[in-house]
Amino acid sequence: MNATIASAAARRLLLTGNEAVAWGARLARPQVCPVYPITPQTPVLEALTRFQAEGSFDAEIITPESEHSVMSACIPASLAGTRVFTATASQGLLLMHELLHYASGARAPIVMANINRTVASPWAFWPDQTDSLAQRDTGWVQLYVESAQEALDSVIQAFRVAEQALLPVMISLDAFYVSHAMEPVDVPKQADVDAYLPAFAPERKLDTAQPSSWGNVVSQDMFYRHRQAIQEAMDSVPALLAQADGEWQRKVGRGWGVVERYRCDGADAVIATMGSMCGTARVAVDAMREAGLPVGLVKVRLFRPLPVAALRAACAGVADVVVLDRNHSPGAGGILHQELRAALYGMPAAPRVHGLLAGVGGVNVPPQKIAEFVREARGREARPESVWRR
Amino acid sequence: MKFDLKQDAMLCSGHAACPGCIDALAARHILATMGPDTMAVIPPSCMAIIAGPQPMSSLRIPVYQPTLESSAAAATGLRRALNAQGKHDTQVLVLAGDGGTYDIGFQCLSSAAERNEDFLYVCLDNEGYMNTGAQKSSSTPHFARTGSTPAGKLSRKKNMVEIMAAHGIPYVATASASHLPDLVRKVEKAKGIRGTRFITVLIPCLDGWGLPDDAGLQAARYAVERGAFPLYEVEDGTRYTLNVTAKPRPVADYLALQRRYRGLPDADVATLQAEIDAAWATLVRRSAAGAAVPA
Repeated sequence: MNATIASAAARRLLLTGNEAVAWGARLARPQVCPVYPITPQTPVLEALTRFQAEGSFDAEIITPESEHSVMSACIPASLAGTRVFTATASQGLLLMHELLHYASGARAPIVMANINRTVASPWAFWPDQTDSLAQRDTGWVQLYVESAQEALDSVIQAFRVAEQALLPVMISLDAFYVSHAMEPVDVPKQADVDAYLPAFAPERKLDTAQPSSWGNVVSQDMFYRHRQAIQEAMDSVPALLAQADGEWQRKVGRGWGVVERYRCDGADAVIATMGSMCGTARVAVDAMREAGLPVGLVKVRLFRPLPVAALRAACAGVADVVVLDRNHSPGAGGILHQELRAALYGMPAAPRVHGLLAGVGGVNVPPQKIAEFVREARGREARPESVWRR
Repeated sequence: MKFDLKQDAMLCSGHAACPGCIDALAARHILATMGPDTMAVIPPSCMAIIAGPQPMSSLRIPVYQPTLESSAAAATGLRRALNAQGKHDTQVLVLAGDGGTYDIGFQCLSSAAERNEDFLYVCLDNEGYMNTGAQKSSSTPHFARTGSTPAGKLSRKKNMVEIMAAHGIPYVATASASHLPDLVRKVEKAKGIRGTRFITVLIPCLDGWGLPDDAGLQAARYAVERGAFPLYEVEDGTRYTLNVTAKPRPVADYLALQRRYRGLPDADVATLQAEIDAAWATLVRRSAAGAAVPA
């Protein structure tokens, strides 16, 4: 580690994923934070209010009666030109659904952490990504992170991407495996974050000096063009994230990529997954490599927009892609499975894409199981549907 | 009473209100009283239609249109963003309908009032979903016919003023465009107060109530004078002031103006009259006491 990087890590703290999210938010200096408690997100809220009480977090914290009102408050606060942060989970995210569309339509660069938790009914509190994946058509950029450190760094990177693309960004971390697990986290210096993330100063905003309106009716033509503009903004995100991540790496010595290839060189099979399962998959890959099997991991960090070019590059020359889904779309199967099949379809010598509904409902997926899944899939024809396998 | 109109119009001509609409008339005076250092939150409602299509607006101030159910939450977000920018003097004004207030927007309004968020919330109360062609809301009065209550509404109008006052917010009032100086005075008074302020303004809807094009103001005046819509204020949840104190005249001729009460049996008229008399007696008592929301 060189001197610049060493000085950038102001301190190393033992933090949970939730605390790391709150630290990321604190360092990004949002001005308005509407937030509502929900398991397992609550520690994010409590850390922010504690920071504020200590005098180290200067944001307008709003505590309304529901997540619906949280997102309803976030949007005009952002349109008025302030930086806005919030966090939620599961049912809370679903309650926001209408407003998630509203936020991206308004081009409001809100950053939100979502703690992936099973969706009722029945009630459960386990890690499962169906909550956020069910929001994939809402126009939010979606990142899935694997660790507390990545969560902290991603909140800061997310503001940069959001404010450049003028799109809201959601960072998802798995319940408990990431949200409540403690690990040593390098907390960057405020000065480094300030230099990385300039104050939010949008060209257009709700302002009495320049009265204009947002939200009222438009013509078919205006609506069509507006959607095109959102798509163009989405299309710019993989490059913006790569740039933001690259600069972050130069500043603090850590980068996370758009899509990460872990030990993929010479691999004839790769595991593809998101979130905390990537950590387990790394252990499985190491064991398989140890045993002489040419297997790697493709970690999908950016899920929306789906980075098709990066995914195709990551899977080029691979015979089998084994997708591990910790989510379930009834009637479709694993959401990442279906998305990757579409992304890789038609590429030259396209790999076989095997989909396993492995982690649904938070069931444990140990490294040995992952190795077993890969051994079963390698060299076999892939079924079009996702397979229940644990 | 002589009344000087504000000269600096904040609602421009050419807006999209129906001819004779009382919504536009009320909004014109509310906006002129609030002045240019104001941001409006206007959810889907007749007022949103009057405000007109994006990005232009018939208002000379910024307008944010939230979802139907989120006006008070949106106003909160806007307020706090202004505070974060040091713009404490800029007013946030909600202009919502009764559907967006009494019904679908009620949850977040109660929450904002509990936090005493700093904005003026004006409910333009036309006693139903008039923008969708006149269906009942919880503000629709007893026996009124609407698209969803073709035989007349079976339950009474929700008493939003009492509910808002029970939050203990600094200012709650009713107002009517038929009593313009009173309306303007209330907006002026509310403007000078910090915290959640709530005014519900009766807006006779020509189409939804079944009124001739020139009868909006008459219906508004009758509603006040017949006690169907008393004008009063509640400060800090306890101090009641009746603004029009004359004993109400019988309600029958107010009902007779409106097709929504067509064919109302005498027994139902008597029921309505009894409800109005009881509510009036309560208001007179509270106003005289100058206090007392009963436990």
